[in-house]
Amino acid sequence: MDTSVSASAEAPLKILIADDNQTDRMILSAIVKKMGHAVVTAEDGLVAVEQFKAEQPDIILLDVMMPNMNGQDAAVQIKQLAGEDMVPIIFLTSLQDAQDLAACLDSGGDDFLTKPYNKVILQAKINAFSRMRRMNSTLTKQRDVIRANNEHLMHEQEVAKAVYDNVAHSGCLDSPNLKYMLSPFSVFNGDVLLAARKPSGSMHLLLGDFTGHGLPAAIGAMPLAEIFYGMTAKGFNMADIIREINMKLKNVLPVGIFCCACMVNLSFRKQEIEVWMGGLPDYYLYRSKTGQLENVASSHLPLGVLSSHAFDATTQKFKLDLGDKFYMWSDGIIEARSPQGDLYGEPRLQSVFKNNQDPEQLFDEIVHDVNHFVGESGKDDDTTLLEVTMIDEANLGKAAIDLTSGAVNGPTDWRMAYSLRGDTLKTFNPLPVMLNILHDVPTLRSKSGELYTLMAELFSNALEHGVLGLSSELKKGPDGFARYYGERSKAMAAMTEGSVEFVFDHRPTEKGGSLLIRVTDSGKGFDYQKNIDNQFKSEGYSGRGIPLIRSICESIEYKGDGNIVEVVIKWQTDIS
Amino acid sequence: MAIGTSTNGNELKIQVEGRFDFSAHQEFRDAYEKADAGVGAYVIDMANATYLDSSALGMLLLLRDHAGGDSANVKIVNCNPDVRKILTISNFEQLFAIE
Repeated sequence: MDTSVSASAEAPLKILIADDNQTDRMILSAIVKKMGHAVVTAEDGLVAVEQFKAEQPDIILLDVMMPNMNGQDAAVQIKQLAGEDMVPIIFLTSLQDAQDLAACLDSGGDDFLTKPYNKVILQAKINAFSRMRRMNSTLTKQRDVIRANNEHLMHEQEVAKAVYDNVAHSGCLDSPNLKYMLSPFSVFNGDVLLAARKPSGSMHLLLGDFTGHGLPAAIGAMPLAEIFYGMTAKGFNMADIIREINMKLKNVLPVGIFCCACMVNLSFRKQEIEVWMGGLPDYYLYRSKTGQLENVASSHLPLGVLSSHAFDATTQKFKLDLGDKFYMWSDGIIEARSPQGDLYGEPRLQSVFKNNQDPEQLFDEIVHDVNHFVGESGKDDDTTLLEVTMIDEANLGKAAIDLTSGAVNGPTDWRMAYSLRGDTLKTFNPLPVMLNILHDVPTLRSKSGELYTLMAELFSNALEHGVLGLSSELKKGPDGFARYYGERSKAMAAMTEGSVEFVFDHRPTEKGGSLLIRVTDSGKGFDYQKNIDNQFKSEGYSGRGIPLIRSICESIEYKGDGNIVEVVIKWQTDIS
Repeated sequence: MAIGTSTNGNELKIQVEGRFDFSAHQEFRDAYEKADAGVGAYVIDMANATYLDSSALGMLLLLRDHAGGDSANVKIVNCNPDVRKILTISNFEQLFAIE
């Protein structure tokens, strides 16, 4: 490349010329100005440093021998002031000795120019350093952008990690029957470990291992944990929860990302463990009394692979004695590697169990053995280990459900009235609205099916027999039902005013709650004293409603003229 | 880690060599995405695969999806015991024909 051509294409530079010899200074200034650059001058090292601060030149031409401060000392100061900015310093010297020239470069100079000056060489050097300066500034800018991005990313990850840790490793993991270890591989751990008590007192546990590491692996943990905790608190059973989680993950995760998982329902009252496992290595059931190990194998695909219709929520059940232990781990344990690259493997794990003397030490022995095997080489996968021990529920502390507290366990002490009148009574189905409110009481939610049946019966009785005054006698005989519904349509069309009122009164009891439902209709009522003994017990086409209600409720009572009915449902924190 | 391919009629054979893990991601994907449109059957030859990790399982699922999901015709053949075990633990025989 022809330097003189490229010089004209380049932006003019500001060049500091420091030389105590006025003649030399003027000659050099003239040459540099002719090249199109701006010139700042200094007559000694001190002034050169001051000029550098004041003018911030791009390139510095520095005489070596000057009074007050020599060129080398000035170079050291200027380089210090410049910091990360590249400010090329070219020493001007009449020195010829190689040692002296080398000393110039050692003091921080980038090049030297020997007197007398050769214009062509001077210009070439200025151009070369100008290019280098630009390249340096580009690199510095890019580095700063990358550094800023990286800092930003790290900050985001730290915040996200705090959220993730709260979500993925929470619940009742501190229960006395659980011991666990989590060791994150990167900022995020692809492993999820969740534990929660059910309203019934049982415990749900979930260990999940997402494909890969870091953010992509962590992101699926959010919906998983939300469903796990939400549904467990509401008393859903394990099969429903695992099915829901699978559906959610299948919907939100891209193909190829999935979650190997094991979910456990630990029932202290039945002393039983129920297990769903997908895509995980064998887990061990340790019989404390005999020291026997039983393998529990995955029988399912990982979560998030199959669509809902193909998903299988079948579980395995095992009886546990007090002190029996169930061990769950991510594949990071079995696949832990020694510094030599050997896999830890199942035989090593099994020998830890075999050599154990005191079952209470097992957990620590496994952790110690794996850590010892891996040594200082670090781990190349997420390693999560959980030990679950069957203990007496009394030693577990209070179950998560506390009937006197709010939100999570729903309202327990409340009353509500809901009336339907006129046309609304004809066209509007009030059941979903009312059931929705009853569902805020978690245990009632688990009785959803029965409640629906009960409310449907009460409502149709009030509307049809009460407000419309239809007799269930009509239903008798083979054509009865058709006749009855014909009459019902006519009566409904003719009805102009009428009302049905529901009153719900829910109160907490020692072990659960009691719900009173009073239904009042605007009809004439009926002689309930007479009917209760005969008709309601009938097994024919009609009268099915009342026996059904009786089977669900604690009590059923007619009041007033027979247009008021009161039923009471008592519930206890369910045992499952 | 290397991926080789060969075609026989409408059958695409993908050979996996060495550790089958995330580093093979792009190559494995290219192997079936750049294949002929006429390919109707896939054979993954694991004869020289020493190991696979969960991201390899993810890649197999991606291939299955590419090959038509539930109607995909994907065979996994010549697995060594280690590879076979990983596929078994994951219950992948429910999704793939493993020979």
